[in-house]
Amino acid sequence: MHELSIVSSVVETVQESLANYPGARVVEVRLKVGALASVVVDSLEFCWGIATEDTPLVGSRLVVVTVPVVMHCADCDADVEIESVQSFRCPLCDEPCGDLRQGRELDIESFEIEEADEAETAAKSEIGVKA
Amino acid sequence: MTTRIVELRRGILKKNDELAAGLRERYAAGGVLVLNLVSSPGTGKTAFLERTLRELRERGSKVAALVGDLETDNDARRLAASGAPVRQINTHGICHLDAEMISKHLDGWELANLDYLFIENVGNLVCPSSYDLGEKIRVALLSVTEGEDKPLKYPTLFNSADAAVITKMDIAEPCGFDRELALKNINEIRPGIRIFETSAKTGSGMQEWLGYLSEARVQKG
Repeated sequence: MHELSIVSSVVETVQESLANYPGARVVEVRLKVGALASVVVDSLEFCWGIATEDTPLVGSRLVVVTVPVVMHCADCDADVEIESVQSFRCPLCDEPCGDLRQGRELDIESFEIEEADEAETAAKSEIGVKA
Repeated sequence: MTTRIVELRRGILKKNDELAAGLRERYAAGGVLVLNLVSSPGTGKTAFLERTLRELRERGSKVAALVGDLETDNDARRLAASGAPVRQINTHGICHLDAEMISKHLDGWELANLDYLFIENVGNLVCPSSYDLGEKIRVALLSVTEGEDKPLKYPTLFNSADAAVITKMDIAEPCGFDRELALKNINEIRPGIRIFETSAKTGSGMQEWLGYLSEARVQKG
C-alpha cells in the first residue's frame, strides 16, 4: 500500500511545474500506469482527494491510463501484447518470453490547467488598484 | 479563461530512480555485488541470509547486510552473529525500502572493502518491486509453506526478479509441496530465471547458490 506516497509525489511534481503558470487552476492530472507497476488504480484515486487537500490541485481530477504488458518474442521477432500477467508467453507461438518492453510504467503524462486570459488578469489587477 | 495541457512525461518515482542510479555507480566503483532480497513475511529471508553470510565468510569473502523492518532490530542482531557488519533500517510503517534509506545507512561503510552487500527488504511482495535500490540482482524468495501459486498471485515481483530462491526445502514433503508446479509457475511469470531450492537448516542447495554469487561477482563488470 504505497499508493499514498506515489500520489503525494505526483502532487509535489505538478506543484513544482505549476510555478511556471502563476494563478492557474489545475483541472486534471493524467498518469500512465503499466499493468506490472504494482499499484492499484482505485487506491490512487482514493488517495488523490487526501493528497491534494490544501494544495493548488484541490478539486482536480485524476485520470489513470493503464497500459498493457508488451514483450518481445525472439522466435516471432515481434513485440506482442500479453493479455494476462499470469503467463508470459507469446500469444502468437505460445513460447515463453522474458524480454519486457512495456508494462512497468509509472509516469505523469500531463496536466491540464485553466489560466485567466490576459485581458481578465489586467481587468482584475485594475480593480485591485481601485480597491 | 484559457485551457492548456502541460506535458510532463516523467516517472513518478524519478527521484528514487536517480538516487538508485547514483547508488549503482557507487557499488560499481567499490567493486561490491549488491543483492536485494524480497519475499513475504515469514519466508525465511533472515535464516537464508544468516547461512549465506556465514558460508561466504568461511570462504574468506567480505560481506555486509542492511536489513529492513517496520520495527525492532531483531533481524540485525541475528545476522550480526555471523560476524558480518549489519545495519537495521526501521521504516516505521513504510512498506518498502527506498534508495534514500539505503544511501543514509551506507554512511561510514567503505564499499571498496566489501565483496557482497545484501539488502533484506521489508517482508512484502508488492511495494518493494517499484523501488530500485541500485542492486545488481533482485532475488524473490518463496517458501514451501506458502503455496505453489505465489508467483501467479504476485507476478509483478517475480517478473522483476533476476533469481528465485525456494526456502525451507527440508520440510517440503510434510507440507505437500508440489515442486514441479512451483517451478512451472515461476517460469510462467519469469521465463528462464535461475531457481535455487534451498534449506538454511540442512544447507541443501547452498552450494549452487554460492556458486551463482561468485559467478555474478566475476561478471559484475
